[in-house]
Amino acid sequence: MSDLTSASVPPIGPDDHVRGEGEEGLIVYADLGCPRCAAAWAEIAARPGRVAFRHFPVASKHPRSPALHAAAEAAGAQGRFFEMVDSLYANRGHVDDPHLWERVERLGLDLERFERDRRSPHLATRVRRDFESGIRGGVAGTPALFDACTLVAVREREF
Amino acid sequence: MIAAGTPAPDFTLRNQDGEKVSLSDFRGRKVLLVFYPGDFSPVCGDQFSLYQEVKPEIAAKGVELVGISVDGFFAHKAFQEKLGIDTTLLSDFEPKGEVARAYGSYVESMGFANRTLVLVDEEGTVAWTYESPNPGEFPGANVIFDALA
Repeated sequence: MSDLTSASVPPIGPDDHVRGEGEEGLIVYADLGCPRCAAAWAEIAARPGRVAFRHFPVASKHPRSPALHAAAEAAGAQGRFFEMVDSLYANRGHVDDPHLWERVERLGLDLERFERDRRSPHLATRVRRDFESGIRGGVAGTPALFDACTLVAVREREF
Repeated sequence: MIAAGTPAPDFTLRNQDGEKVSLSDFRGRKVLLVFYPGDFSPVCGDQFSLYQEVKPEIAAKGVELVGISVDGFFAHKAFQEKLGIDTTLLSDFEPKGEVARAYGSYVESMGFANRTLVLVDEEGTVAWTYESPNPGEFPGANVIFDALA
């Protein structure tokens, strides 16, 4: 079993999914099935500088999330990670398998490879690794934004 | 809040299925009591959904997770089903908040428990506690694993 005790959020590294340029970077722990993340994504994605997306699926809350994160990783294996993320957040109502296949076709990806990749244990491990780094970093809700590994924003909650 | 080292007050409450559950039923195992304000509040949903994702890791540490709020057990059942969680939820309904008061978690002005964690060891002694600064914040799962380390 993994160590889930507290630890700083890892800095942006070569294994991260990063969009944009610059020295600094925002790290976003997000759930692809989360409506709050979808609402925030357009603004997050438009920020200047680098944005690193880290997987934080909460399957009990959003049962479709694991499949969506797997789909994003599989698209990423063919170089279209953020295009898939953008598409999933832009149209949350159409995320069943046929809708994912439509996206794959629209993005010009190899569907057979996508289907194979999104079911691979290696890919699931990759998603889980992000999730666990978020747990250790104290992520308790999504989206959770870290600037220089320090939590800067999480959705405001009211009881 | 009840202090670590104190014998954990025993209690008998109904779970989400209406069955009576006592703290002493867990003797021999660690129990993490998760006091929370109420079913279906946004924060409570987030808290239990998050803990559900790491329940195997919590169980691997020999810990049973038990939620307690002042809601009735019918509400607990609906909350469990809505969230897709299998954490046992106990109803501190009548007398209202009696168990939360015994553990120092009840907020009189609000009529429900604050968001608190109480780890009870195998012998029934309070081993560790955590109290959220306010009901709107819940401890991340890392806080639990730090306590279990």
